[in-house]
Amino acid sequence: MDHAADSTPSGTPMRSTRKWVLRARLKRVILYTVAILLGILFMFPFAWTVASSLKQPRELFIFPPTFFPEALQFDNYITIFRDYPFDRWYANTFLVVILNTAGVLITSSIVAYGFARFNFRFRHILFILVLATMMMPPQITLIPRFILFDKLGWLNTLLPLWLPAWFGGTPFAIFLMRQFMLTLPKDLDEAAVLDGASYFRVFWEILIPLCKPALATLAIINFIAVWNEFLDPVIFLSSVEKFTVAVGLWYFQAQPMSSTPTAHLLLAASVTTIIPPIILFFAFQRYFVRGVALTGLKG
Amino acid sequence: MAQKKSLISTANTTTVDARSPALSIDQSRGRSRRHLKPSTWGYIFISPWILGFLIFSGGPLVASLFISLTEYDILSSPNFVGVDNYRFAVSEDPLFWNSLWRTTYFAIVAVPLGLIGSLALAVLLNQALRATTFFRTLYFLPHLTPAVAMAILWSWLLHPTLGFANNFLTGLGLPEFAWLTSRETVIPTLIMISLWAGVGGNTMLIFLAALQGIPRDLEEAAELDGAGSWNKFKVITLPLISPVIFFNLILGIIASFQVFTLAFVATDGGPSYGSWFFILHIYNQAFSYFRLGYGSALAWIFLLIVLALTLFNFVVGRRWVYYQGE
Repeated sequence: MDHAADSTPSGTPMRSTRKWVLRARLKRVILYTVAILLGILFMFPFAWTVASSLKQPRELFIFPPTFFPEALQFDNYITIFRDYPFDRWYANTFLVVILNTAGVLITSSIVAYGFARFNFRFRHILFILVLATMMMPPQITLIPRFILFDKLGWLNTLLPLWLPAWFGGTPFAIFLMRQFMLTLPKDLDEAAVLDGASYFRVFWEILIPLCKPALATLAIINFIAVWNEFLDPVIFLSSVEKFTVAVGLWYFQAQPMSSTPTAHLLLAASVTTIIPPIILFFAFQRYFVRGVALTGLKG
Repeated sequence: MAQKKSLISTANTTTVDARSPALSIDQSRGRSRRHLKPSTWGYIFISPWILGFLIFSGGPLVASLFISLTEYDILSSPNFVGVDNYRFAVSEDPLFWNSLWRTTYFAIVAVPLGLIGSLALAVLLNQALRATTFFRTLYFLPHLTPAVAMAILWSWLLHPTLGFANNFLTGLGLPEFAWLTSRETVIPTLIMISLWAGVGGNTMLIFLAALQGIPRDLEEAAELDGAGSWNKFKVITLPLISPVIFFNLILGIIASFQVFTLAFVATDGGPSYGSWFFILHIYNQAFSYFRLGYGSALAWIFLLIVLALTLFNFVVGRRWVYYQGE
């Protein structure tokens, strides 16, 4: 039958078109179903945790467990800041994240300017070195950095978590900024240099305003990375009041800080640590997605 | 307004005036500052990175090679022991091979599954669904979850008696699963968690951007030739995005060998060293027992393994990665 339909164009096309439309519609239904089911799969652990974090402690030990709290315990979210040092840990983390990100943005773009706009003898090999350190797992240098920070008297301070960022930021940041600067026309800043502007002015008044999209991308990628960082702070910090929120959360889970059950508070605290990256993502989604895609395609 | 105008006119006058000696002074000042050659300026601009590299990464890297040849506990001065630490690692430390195997097991399963999963999600999102941005956000959110929160969240979901997972299974009449509580199931469970967190993340975004960059006419040509969806995918899509697959494969392997926080928080390396990953081993040797020399030796072995894997990938990659315009 199908064969005949193909060979005789008259009469049968109607039917085959209808079949095609039906098939396309079916395909869409299946696609949407899959997409929605996957969405539920990805979101469910959050939903379960948020629901649990709004329960009373005894509800968490009901067997079999229920999804909905008997009454919403928003108090849990207040308790963690009132009775436990989460306020302190948040303050520390915000301080680290802001100082670190500022350092990355400022110094990596200065360095990127050097790599993108000047010719010097070892430029190529030094840039390869930047790329090599980008691939190097940071755990390799953990022990010597620990010893260095010990000698400098920086252990158990927040300095190791942000001050190194003021020395060129991260290799990834330099790479991203350089790639972006290479896409900007050179005539702009060359003209300014001929007009007598200093290189610093060219950098600050011409290139930086043009680099705003790349800087925005970098700012949120770096914010999220530093926010989530765990290994460095858990090693460099030792007293509870110095902890960042990631370390504090781990500490709160591992050490009993109270004689009463704290599972509900632990879950509430976990939920709060997810919120800042999510807010940032929603606010700057455009920059974020474009930046990630850019690095992937250029690499 | 008047004030502004007068300001402008003064500015103009200065420029005119500047043609006289005033400017030449200005210019000579500019020139003396630019006495430095542009190449010198290049070094000046990259100097923060040079310093940072020497102090915080290159220097420490070399230092750790020396430390790895010593016994050092930070309190007393280091004691040179030659390659003893390396010999001890491969021949006497039972946890060395265990942690290396556990890490490899994790990576060997998690990386391919992660790549396939990310690519599948990207293909799904590339099907011109109406709410692409909405779904993309849903899939991406787990990736933003801090690892510590992720470990706590999943420990709670997978709690043997009170967790959702086992109660769901028994509700369906299925047997309970050990999840994070047995040596046999802990790695598959950690892989599952890391897939949940990773498949919709950066890797998916990069794949999606690559898929969107494939020219429509190529696909249309294949369709006219009567290629089915699968053939079209295999013959057109895969070769065109192979550089991106390669990029994600390299980064994925490097990242998965660094697995640490999830296991450290959720299982502390257990049960019975079942999730004792390599970085956990380094962490414990260096910062629980303060065997900094031995820890550095482990770190160097780790670096060499990651380096070897990356080189291997580049060599093999030459065979299957297709670069346009070459």
